[in-house]
Amino acid sequence: MTELTRRTAAELAEALASGETTSVELTQAHLDRIADVDAAVHAFLHVDAEGALAAARASDERRASGTPASTLDGVPIAVKDVLATRGLPTTCGSRILEGWVPPYDATVVARLRAAGLPILGKTNMDEFAMGSSTEHSAYGPTHNPWDLDRIPGGSGGGSAAAVAAFEAPLAMGTDTGGSIRQPAAVTGTVGAKPTYGGVSRYGLVALANSLDQAGPVTRTVLDAALLHEVVGGHDPMDSTSIDQPLPAVVAAARQGATGDLSGMRIGVVTELTGAGYQPGVQQRFDESVQLLVDAGAEVVEVSCPTFVHALATYYLILPAEASSNLARFDAMRYGLRVLPEGIESPSAEDVMRASRDRGFGDEVKRRIILGTYALSSGYYDAYYGQAQKVRTLVSRDFATAFERVDVLLSPTAPTTAFRLGEKLDDPVAMYLNDLATIPANLAGVPGISVPSGLAEEDGLPTGVQVLAPATADDRVYRVGAALETLLTRRWDGPLLARAPELAPALRGATA
Amino acid sequence: MTTRTAEKVLSFEEALAGFDPTLGLEVHVELNTVSKMFCGCATGFGAEPNTHVCPVCLGLPGAMPVVNEKAVESAIRIGLALNCRIASWCRFARKNYFYPDMPKNFQTSQYDEPIAFDGWMDVEVEGETVRVEIERAHMEEDTGKSLHVGGATGRIHGADHSLVDYNRAGIPLIEIVTKTIPGTRDKAPLVAKAYVAQLRDLLLALGVSDVRMEQGSLRCDVNLSLAPAGSGQLGTRTETKNVNSLRSVERAVRYEIGRQAALLQSGVPIVQETRHWHEDTGVTTSGREKSDAEDYRYFPEPDLVPVAPSTEWVDELRATLPEPPRERRARLQREWGFSDLEMRDTVGAGAMVLVEETVAAGAAPAAARKWWLSEMARRANERGAEVADLGVTPTDVARVQALVDEGRINDQLARQVFDGLLAGEGTPDEVVAGRGLAVVSDEGALSAAVDRAIADNPAVADKIRDGKVAAAGALIGAVMKELGGKADAGQVRGLILAKLT
Repeated sequence: MTELTRRTAAELAEALASGETTSVELTQAHLDRIADVDAAVHAFLHVDAEGALAAARASDERRASGTPASTLDGVPIAVKDVLATRGLPTTCGSRILEGWVPPYDATVVARLRAAGLPILGKTNMDEFAMGSSTEHSAYGPTHNPWDLDRIPGGSGGGSAAAVAAFEAPLAMGTDTGGSIRQPAAVTGTVGAKPTYGGVSRYGLVALANSLDQAGPVTRTVLDAALLHEVVGGHDPMDSTSIDQPLPAVVAAARQGATGDLSGMRIGVVTELTGAGYQPGVQQRFDESVQLLVDAGAEVVEVSCPTFVHALATYYLILPAEASSNLARFDAMRYGLRVLPEGIESPSAEDVMRASRDRGFGDEVKRRIILGTYALSSGYYDAYYGQAQKVRTLVSRDFATAFERVDVLLSPTAPTTAFRLGEKLDDPVAMYLNDLATIPANLAGVPGISVPSGLAEEDGLPTGVQVLAPATADDRVYRVGAALETLLTRRWDGPLLARAPELAPALRGATA
Repeated sequence: MTTRTAEKVLSFEEALAGFDPTLGLEVHVELNTVSKMFCGCATGFGAEPNTHVCPVCLGLPGAMPVVNEKAVESAIRIGLALNCRIASWCRFARKNYFYPDMPKNFQTSQYDEPIAFDGWMDVEVEGETVRVEIERAHMEEDTGKSLHVGGATGRIHGADHSLVDYNRAGIPLIEIVTKTIPGTRDKAPLVAKAYVAQLRDLLLALGVSDVRMEQGSLRCDVNLSLAPAGSGQLGTRTETKNVNSLRSVERAVRYEIGRQAALLQSGVPIVQETRHWHEDTGVTTSGREKSDAEDYRYFPEPDLVPVAPSTEWVDELRATLPEPPRERRARLQREWGFSDLEMRDTVGAGAMVLVEETVAAGAAPAAARKWWLSEMARRANERGAEVADLGVTPTDVARVQALVDEGRINDQLARQVFDGLLAGEGTPDEVVAGRGLAVVSDEGALSAAVDRAIADNPAVADKIRDGKVAAAGALIGAVMKELGGKADAGQVRGLILAKLT
């Protein structure tokens, strides 16, 4: 049965359609895999075996009666713990939401359920999606399946690790400044951030509303596209969702998989290469560029001068929005409630203060303080206001670049996975991981990260990022799929085939 | 905590001798939309606590707002009726502060981009027209309602515990803010009251709100400052909240003028603060200090897209506006045949709409005015309430007058019918039946009563026989007394004169 967990979602969908397997069988296979390896990986915060199997049975009944709900009906999925799931705990990796069970489904989750995908469980993440290593989870870090002493990226390290460790064929992530793409890069998986507004944010517990976007975390570009079509499209519950048809991303992925990129104009962003990028990352990136040239693409260098200010801009806008979003966690209606010590009859404010003090981790507090400061009267213009102006400039840089090229290309993350704890005491070093991914969030454009190989110096995965203009998500799938095809051909198999076997050590009773 | 100790207050006349008041009024109007501002929850008043709630208005993690288009429409119509300019593009903003009755700990409001701005309304006060300039009208959501249980004051301090009802959270509000209103001098309290009254009538005519001050669907905050008389300066203002009746608006302005004048006269500067109005004692007390320390950290709401009403839509809405208040008043005065003074008194008593509805229900204008301005106004005054809030409806008043016209009761009995209506004894007809108030119109019974009165008062009868008809009053009184007032005085008089002349 192990073999089932190694297949792509597209292959599993075919196996289900042909009757080779059942949803119950493959859902159970993934639950078994989770039982085998998740004690070591810790990709999941909550596993819902019962719910997943019930959904799988319902899926099999639909298949049996010839009425599958979607292509992916019956293919199980893991969901980042930042998406509200009715009846399933949703903690956002934070103590302050420990035990909270939402009374409603995020639109994305509702669409997964409607399409018949059994939900295996909720994946680990940096608290409220603040971080690039999953070390800021209040429930302990996730470990990179390539090297358990290393970080799986963040904030969506749980989703990426679950897919990389074959615990799930598919996962949902969210990307505010790179939280889908950077974990994909360091775990050798695929992660796509759709155009802002392309996938509903209703039920996505907001980190920074103007930057957040939910998207697929998978092992292949085609799988990402299939999942994208399940969850994407207009949602009247999200006012910022785009009211027009989704780009044909599955068709684009299939087209790209032919490996032909004739006529495609590709720009390499000057500001997102070179200094600051690990040699092995840069080397694999340069090879990828050469492959694309060989595939018929026209590649030019493009400068986006304001991208060097993107990180600073992001760290004003994000904390500002986050400081306001997180104000609702006040112990009055749900979540953790802490009674302050040494106060006879504490007021509501006393309880709020004590609960927020205990419930939020250091990184969350750091950003709340930053954001509160940036929005304060007298500082607003200098910080938040100024950041919004630079944000406009970043968008203009994209617009100018996309006049010349169809897509932009850069390494996804500047380094391979670093060791757990290595950057925990240096917030700025941690923030620098998202240097290349942040501009896309500021401008709302789509991006995808695909594996580009293993860095020579440490043998760890590296990733390449493809960016396209807003609503042209199909382009990133086409170029991503082409690169994937060419690289897989060169490697003679998927990159993840080279990942070390995880010992099914701690399975215990279920073995 | 509440400082109920009486503050020194100068008399109104003394205060005005030394100081010029400047007014500013902020009115919050709850719209009567079917659903809330940003979700589909119902808005009805008086439902079981926390039954009109959903993830959005409870601010649950992940929930997102969607703007109620009907509320935007109402906001634009209010703006147009107040002669405002309508923004072609504006955004919502978050007003950040912590309070348990606010689910997200920020209020979704508008900040520097209100939907309507730069308008005016002309207000009539004692025959004079005062133009009140409107700064802005913006959209926002209401908060929940806290109930503090176990304390003596009903306030949070000293309470045993607090309960919060979020049914009100997210109900659409329009906040209408005036520019400073200078130069009203001794008319300041009346201008404030007339502005709110006229605004209420306007909102009613627009059909956008129930405007029930006692239910909180129209709430008024009074800003007031004093400057040395004739200085042309602006003093430090206070913002008095909880002013929830027309009468209170007038009283609160009057009180703050006296209070601030007393402080200033003894050299104590005014503290910029929020004050609470106490309906029962007629004073304001200090609330939280409102200084520059209060920082709401406004920023544009990133979960909502801008509101950009097209010119076509605004023009369409303009065509739906009711008759402007001044023109309406002139038309009604003409239709009713009221003198200027009668009309002014009617408007001043807050009874114009009531008279209009009473006339519509079939009463003659003069009769409608008589009941509302005498009987109803007196009772309202006794109760410290507004005529509109007494619980007697225009339909009731019209029916009472019809009973008088039909000769079934007289004016004296009509007053008792109103007593019955106020006591909740049912419809006018039910009160008449229940209290046995119908007049004695049986000629035989009346004639017998008249005969007894003549027999009991021979001296008076002789005077009448001698031609002193005016003396009949004494006999009428005796008959009425015997019949417990249940007779038509004219009919009695006719009988007396027929028997004695």
